[in-house]
Amino acid sequence: MYYYLALAAVLFSIGLFGVLTRRNTIGILMSLELMFNAANINFVTFNKYVVTDGLAGQIFAMFIIVVAAAEATVGLAIVLLVYRNWQGIDTDRVSIMKW
Amino acid sequence: MPEPSVGPVFWILSFVALLSAFMVVSLRNIFHCALFLILCLFCVAGIYILLDAEFLAAAQVLIYIGGISVLIIFAIMLTSSLASKKITQTNENALVSFFIALVFAFTTLLLVGNTHVWRHAAPESASQNTLSLGQSLMTEFMLPFEVVSVLLLAALIGAIVLARKERS
Repeated sequence: MYYYLALAAVLFSIGLFGVLTRRNTIGILMSLELMFNAANINFVTFNKYVVTDGLAGQIFAMFIIVVAAAEATVGLAIVLLVYRNWQGIDTDRVSIMKW
Repeated sequence: MPEPSVGPVFWILSFVALLSAFMVVSLRNIFHCALFLILCLFCVAGIYILLDAEFLAAAQVLIYIGGISVLIIFAIMLTSSLASKKITQTNENALVSFFIALVFAFTTLLLVGNTHVWRHAAPESASQNTLSLGQSLMTEFMLPFEVVSVLLLAALIGAIVLARKERS
């Protein structure tokens, strides 16, 4: 069990590093997917080893997958919109909401 | 560690997953990053199978690899006049973020390694996993199941509205 948790922790850290360092918006989205996957591994691991009655962990992981799909859809639509307006999808170019 | 160790399949899967995840965040060509992301998601699906979650592994392959990855590749191809060029993909605080991620990983690993308060139930071999998953989706988790369908519809409409070309 600890091995799975350690794997999820390292995967989450790699995703965190990607989110913090990427300049490309699509790269940030991909790193976010890595972090979602790490969280899902944790859910399924706890469902198998700690809270074994019921399948709440797996169902929660499934909902996370669905919500990640919705998030990716809307996020990529926003990426297309940003690309159309700014001719590029780097995050430091889109600073119109900064004050 | 007192528990039974994991087999070689786990080591191979986790090694490939971590390696490809590192490639996802470090490669310069964003298209290669997407391909390595697909590899990483495959390995995570294998981890799900090791954890007796077959339906979740199938859903991972179908939704993540068949849906989200294709969507990401589509977006890369639609937006990138930059995809093949060797431009810098990281911003200026890469070192600081590397340090932050390292500290986070160390803290989490330390926490995981030192926590022994979890009640260790004996993992019984989960038979009829998909069956009970579907049954609990239809009984206990009926309301979130329906709400998430509304969420998907909203995301669909929102994406269409956002990505539509404005008529001038």
